[in-house]
Amino acid sequence: MSSARLDLKSLRKSFGPTDVLADINLSVQPSEFVSILGPSGAGKSTILQLLTGAIAPDGGQMLLDGQPLTPTQHRFAFMPQGDALMPWRRIIDNATLGLEVQGLGRQAARARVSPLFAEFGLAGFENHYPVQLSGGMRQRAALLRTVVQQRPMLLLDEPFGALDALTRAHMQRWLADMWTRHRWTVLLITHDVREAVLLSERIYVLSARPARVAHHFQVPLNHPRHSVGSPELAALEAQILQTLLNPED
Amino acid sequence: MSNTALPRLCARFFRHAGPAIASVSALILGWEAYVQLSGISPTALPAPSRIIAQGFEQREALARHTIATLQATTFGFASSLTAAFLFSILIDFFRSLRRALFPVFIITQTLPLVAIAPLIVLWFGFGLPPKIVLVALVTFFPMLVALAQGYEATDRNISALLASMGASRWRIFVMARLPSALPYFFAGLRISITYAVVGAIFAEYAGAARGLGIYILNAKNNFRPDLVLAAVFVSATLTLLLFGATVLLQRAAMPWARLTEARP
Repeated sequence: MSSARLDLKSLRKSFGPTDVLADINLSVQPSEFVSILGPSGAGKSTILQLLTGAIAPDGGQMLLDGQPLTPTQHRFAFMPQGDALMPWRRIIDNATLGLEVQGLGRQAARARVSPLFAEFGLAGFENHYPVQLSGGMRQRAALLRTVVQQRPMLLLDEPFGALDALTRAHMQRWLADMWTRHRWTVLLITHDVREAVLLSERIYVLSARPARVAHHFQVPLNHPRHSVGSPELAALEAQILQTLLNPED
Repeated sequence: MSNTALPRLCARFFRHAGPAIASVSALILGWEAYVQLSGISPTALPAPSRIIAQGFEQREALARHTIATLQATTFGFASSLTAAFLFSILIDFFRSLRRALFPVFIITQTLPLVAIAPLIVLWFGFGLPPKIVLVALVTFFPMLVALAQGYEATDRNISALLASMGASRWRIFVMARLPSALPYFFAGLRISITYAVVGAIFAEYAGAARGLGIYILNAKNNFRPDLVLAAVFVSATLTLLLFGATVLLQRAAMPWARLTEARP
């Protein structure tokens, strides 16, 4: 496992008397799409906070490409819940946010980002404000803002949670499509079993708090996976849902 | 502008302002009719027509005093805004400072203006400084609270995002907290600008060489309620104009606030 992009070993975290993460062991290989599924309140987002350096772990190891993570490193491109677009910035200036924080000038950052608008289905909307875009477009803009940072790994925190069911299904297919083309290394947090099955190569299922990895699933299916009527997908989805609903089995 | 745009703009203006124009006109007409029909003495209640005529005759004096009041309002409000902005940043970065200073600021809001205005004139004289101090005193705290509340309204996800990108605390403040406070800032500005005019007139009333406040005091002492009301009318107009200016400023500063989803 020395070739893992991300390796978490015996990761622990408590907030005061509350143990949130008891023992988290997981790994993500380069160009792999991995999901973490778990009941709400299980500490899924806490794992991302630990990775982005917002909080420090109480124990365990976090290794990126074999090197321990330090809080001052910012090696991940993080997409928070919702879209977190700044309402006062035009879409292009939202997309360049990470590059600007990295110290790139506004013009240079725009030049780097503009060619990607077409692929993200946002061509012609560069100078619109977020409020003028539909929910799906906003999510695509947020993902664009995430990938242009060119970090070794993407962290997505329930990216489609706020969308209506139909838009969410569209966005999941779109993201699966984008991933097969770009092969980003992705860690996705979700509580949507179908989303995890549609998008991931491997799925970690967390137990209730204090969280440990309760189950680990491989998704042995090739992209594109059709969300409607595939018996393999449905079977895997049912199996994962079963483990989530009956954690003691 | 196309030839249909101007009539449409006028139509929109009257649709919005029409009811207000109608109610104010009805009030003035009713007042005029009452004075004409009841035969009440003009030294008790002057008719609007008399107020307008006398005010027009006194236009040069009124203009001179209005400029003085506008000056006091502008300088006082500008210093108050600057101070509120600086303190809002300080208390956003140092929480203990907030706990130390807020009680002091709240106490300044409990001071009765009637008592404090003559004292401030006593300490600072009859020139511009006491007006600036009094205007700042009444507008500083509302602006500070608006800004502090605005920073707190920042979307946590946006702050977390910037932190994950490696942005410093100051960078997060400038890129996220400051723009998030804009709607709160303008709400505070609209309220404070009206306080500012009242504060300036009050300071002048307590003692001044020039200003609408001292004009009102003199007119009252000369038994000229028509001129008192003419000055009141001017100050109300001044306040409305300043209020309108803040609305226009907000539109210019927050162009996204009036937009809705565009259809591709």
